[in-house]
Amino acid sequence: MPWFEDIEIGSRMELGSHTFTAEEIVAFAKKYDPQYFHTDPEAAKHGPFGTLTASGWHTTATWMKLMIASRQGREEPLDADGRKPPAGGPSPGFLDMKWPAPVRAGDTITYSSTVIEKIEMKSRPQWGIIRSRNNGVNQNGETVLSFIGQGLIQRRHPRGE
Amino acid sequence: MIEPKYFWEDFPVGETVEFGRKHVTKEEILEFASEFDPQPFHLDEEAAKQSILGGLCASGWHSCAMAMRMMCDGYILESALLGAPGVDEVRWKKPVYVDDVLRLRRTCVERRASKSRPEMGLTKFRTEVLNQKDEIVMTMEGWAMYGRRHPGAEAES
Repeated sequence: MPWFEDIEIGSRMELGSHTFTAEEIVAFAKKYDPQYFHTDPEAAKHGPFGTLTASGWHTTATWMKLMIASRQGREEPLDADGRKPPAGGPSPGFLDMKWPAPVRAGDTITYSSTVIEKIEMKSRPQWGIIRSRNNGVNQNGETVLSFIGQGLIQRRHPRGE
Repeated sequence: MIEPKYFWEDFPVGETVEFGRKHVTKEEILEFASEFDPQPFHLDEEAAKQSILGGLCASGWHSCAMAMRMMCDGYILESALLGAPGVDEVRWKKPVYVDDVLRLRRTCVERRASKSRPEMGLTKFRTEVLNQKDEIVMTMEGWAMYGRRHPGAEAES
């Protein structure tokens, strides 16, 4: 990750794509969201979407998977004083999660993340919070996922120093 | 489909119920994190101890998924749920550590009938995830749509 100070509002990361297979949709849903239209391809034909669809939590967890893979693919240079750039920090939560269209078996979802806000932390001078608008779009250009994510990122120089 | 047990009318505003029990194992934390959230504090005990989180803990997305499973088993699978447009807000307030035992506390904070669809009503739940020390580790708020037992009738609350 870049340091908190170096992250620019408006910068956008393309996170890549993932194709959801029926097998993985069912496997995730059997563990975490066993509603029949996520677990049973036959019964799902008579369900709300007329076909098997992924749990919204599966669509969202896959955003995280591609975010981590994307970060690992771009190593930041060492800092001027030789320090390694920060790893990603934990998140205090998310806002405004929407699943406006279903993810069907065979759909390919392309994910992105755009920085929208930087928040100073009074309680933790060594960290700041980055807010991003994150999206997933299917092969027809329909948005299937949108949310505001948050993450703690280390500062190069603690606030107040 | 079996006849649902819970309709929109069965979730009065102000009602709070507790349900669910989920023992969070190390194996499951590692399995979820390996696939979806391979950060050191979700995968490596030593790295997790050195991190801001203080120990190996579940991905926040894993906590959401475990909460969803408890909601499914607690009422959703027996309800006339018609869908949910999303989630307004989730807060990850404390880490979920290995061997924590989670449960849910659900409060109906708001509801309204649908004007355009008399067979449907909307319900806003605030769901808290608690651990075995009664600490709130996560909160979730959002609307969902439920079928009505008595379409179009006046709501009582």
